Amino acid sequence: MIGAGVLLLLFSISVAISVGAVSVPLQTVWSILINQVAPGTIEQDWSKGREAIVWDIRFPRALLACLVGAGLAVVGGSLQAVTRNPLADPHLLGISSGAAFGAIMVLMHTGMFWGLITVPLFAFGGALAATLLVLAVSQFASATSADRLILAGVAVSFIVMSLANVLIFLGDPRATHTVVFWMLGGLGLAQWSHLIFPLAVLALCGTYIWINARKLNAMTVGDETASTLGIPVARFRLMIFVVGAMITGVMVAFSGMIGFVGLMVPHIVRMLVGGDYARVIPASALFGAIYLLWSDIIARTIMAPEDMPIGIVTGLVGGMFFVWLLRRRAR
Amino acid sequence: MIAGHLVAKNVCWRPGRNQPFLLNPVSFEVYPGRVLGVVGPNGAGKSTLLRMVYHYQKPTSGQILVDGQDLWGMSAKVAARKVAAVLQEQPGAFGLSVRDIVALGRTPHRSGLSSEGARDAEIIDAAISRMQLEALVARDFDTLSGGERQRVMVARALAQQPQVLVMDEPTNHLDIRHQLEILSLIRSLGLTIVVSLHDLNMAADVCDAILLLKDGHSQGFGSANHVLSEQLVSDTFSVTAQRQVLSVSQNQHLTFHLPN
Repeated sequence: MIGAGVLLLLFSISVAISVGAVSVPLQTVWSILINQVAPGTIEQDWSKGREAIVWDIRFPRALLACLVGAGLAVVGGSLQAVTRNPLADPHLLGISSGAAFGAIMVLMHTGMFWGLITVPLFAFGGALAATLLVLAVSQFASATSADRLILAGVAVSFIVMSLANVLIFLGDPRATHTVVFWMLGGLGLAQWSHLIFPLAVLALCGTYIWINARKLNAMTVGDETASTLGIPVARFRLMIFVVGAMITGVMVAFSGMIGFVGLMVPHIVRMLVGGDYARVIPASALFGAIYLLWSDIIARTIMAPEDMPIGIVTGLVGGMFFVWLLRRRAR
Repeated sequence: MIAGHLVAKNVCWRPGRNQPFLLNPVSFEVYPGRVLGVVGPNGAGKSTLLRMVYHYQKPTSGQILVDGQDLWGMSAKVAARKVAAVLQEQPGAFGLSVRDIVALGRTPHRSGLSSEGARDAEIIDAAISRMQLEALVARDFDTLSGGERQRVMVARALAQQPQVLVMDEPTNHLDIRHQLEILSLIRSLGLTIVVSLHDLNMAADVCDAILLLKDGHSQGFGSANHVLSEQLVSDTFSVTAQRQVLSVSQNQHLTFHLPN
């Protein structure tokens, strides 16, 4: 299963690089990639321009799609366990909105005073604040049950988006279109030099989540049962929320708000590999990456040569999936 | 599995410093392999008491001792190796298989990174066959019936290899056949068991000792014949209770009526 997934991932990356305004044959894609890693192994029969398109633009973009898709799917899957809520998703819980708020704050008002890392840091701060706000609201409204937690998330999401809109309204109108990009989600700003941030965060936080797969399994039974298994329930849940905010923050900082990946992917993965989180986490990362690659391929080709924001694609697909899920749960 | 000796010494609980006690000091002792039934009307403090025994809610004062060791002086993980619980909460909608759930019982015995060892697998399989779940191991927990789910949750607790097992109303929502199965199971486990039950006749049948609670106060602790007397039961549940001898089996049986 995992082997097939990895092959599918490699194939999807190749297609994502090959497809676009200028179509590059798959063979050339691989020749360029191999030549970049080990120069001189393959005789160059392609133009410099093609090489630039493949190596400087499309490859980092495909990798960013992988990282963002994997990250959001892993966050969604782990939040679902600790909230015991199959509908949990960083987007629905308002975490993405918080991250976008942080990013907009930097882009339109404070400027990047700490350099490149400013945006992800603020996005993380915003994501964490929104997370804590959701938890506080659900406590305050005694809305700890599964469905009401989502409502708390939606409420916080609305509030945070309004505040973000205030920031946009007060900001320089010329910068507005950059910000609209953040609102709709897009991978078009991918650059090699930026990839290290999402990669590092995903590697660290994703590993933490995977190590704790057994605790995630226990959390799906219930707080008290998990506690009788020796798990410090409140502390562990908070850790997952903080780690989830970190991943979401850095992903939103580089790709904007891409919704429903965290909701959809873990569900599909559970149908394929079962419910054990030791398998759900890595499989979610894999299929999240594949899912976002194909979403980006669709977003780039459906209105070519225009790049449609990828958030539109995932929103459309995810929204319909959400409806299907509600129907399934109702039965 | 070794049954533990459970002692509660004046345990009590209140939610906050200036709030009234939801459970006033209560003491009891359960010898290894014996079954203690906790009964009482709704809001009597049964759940509060059970939560202190399964290491979820720390007693405001008092001690719970398993084989002489203070349960609340241990880390959560060590306590989890002593006391397991079968509660009413159940997993749902996450696609865990029966084996996944039973395997959870090994959690307190394993460190963070270690994968399931041969010994863990052996214990898990033993718990599965003990509960006659072999045919269901690969099934999605969500697709099981109420009685099967309860057996899976017991198997999960057995995989934890506890000395004491706490069960919170294990017969709830089960039909008569499955209620009887669970009860005979309780008797056959050979563990020290603390179980809360609603049905007093069932409790009298299954338990070696009864703890009767009302409004956070102990009304009596001892053998069923002694504690479940007409007088005490009538007072505690605000009913008229009558103890009768069934004509065929000659067993004692309580009947209840609204007082006139």
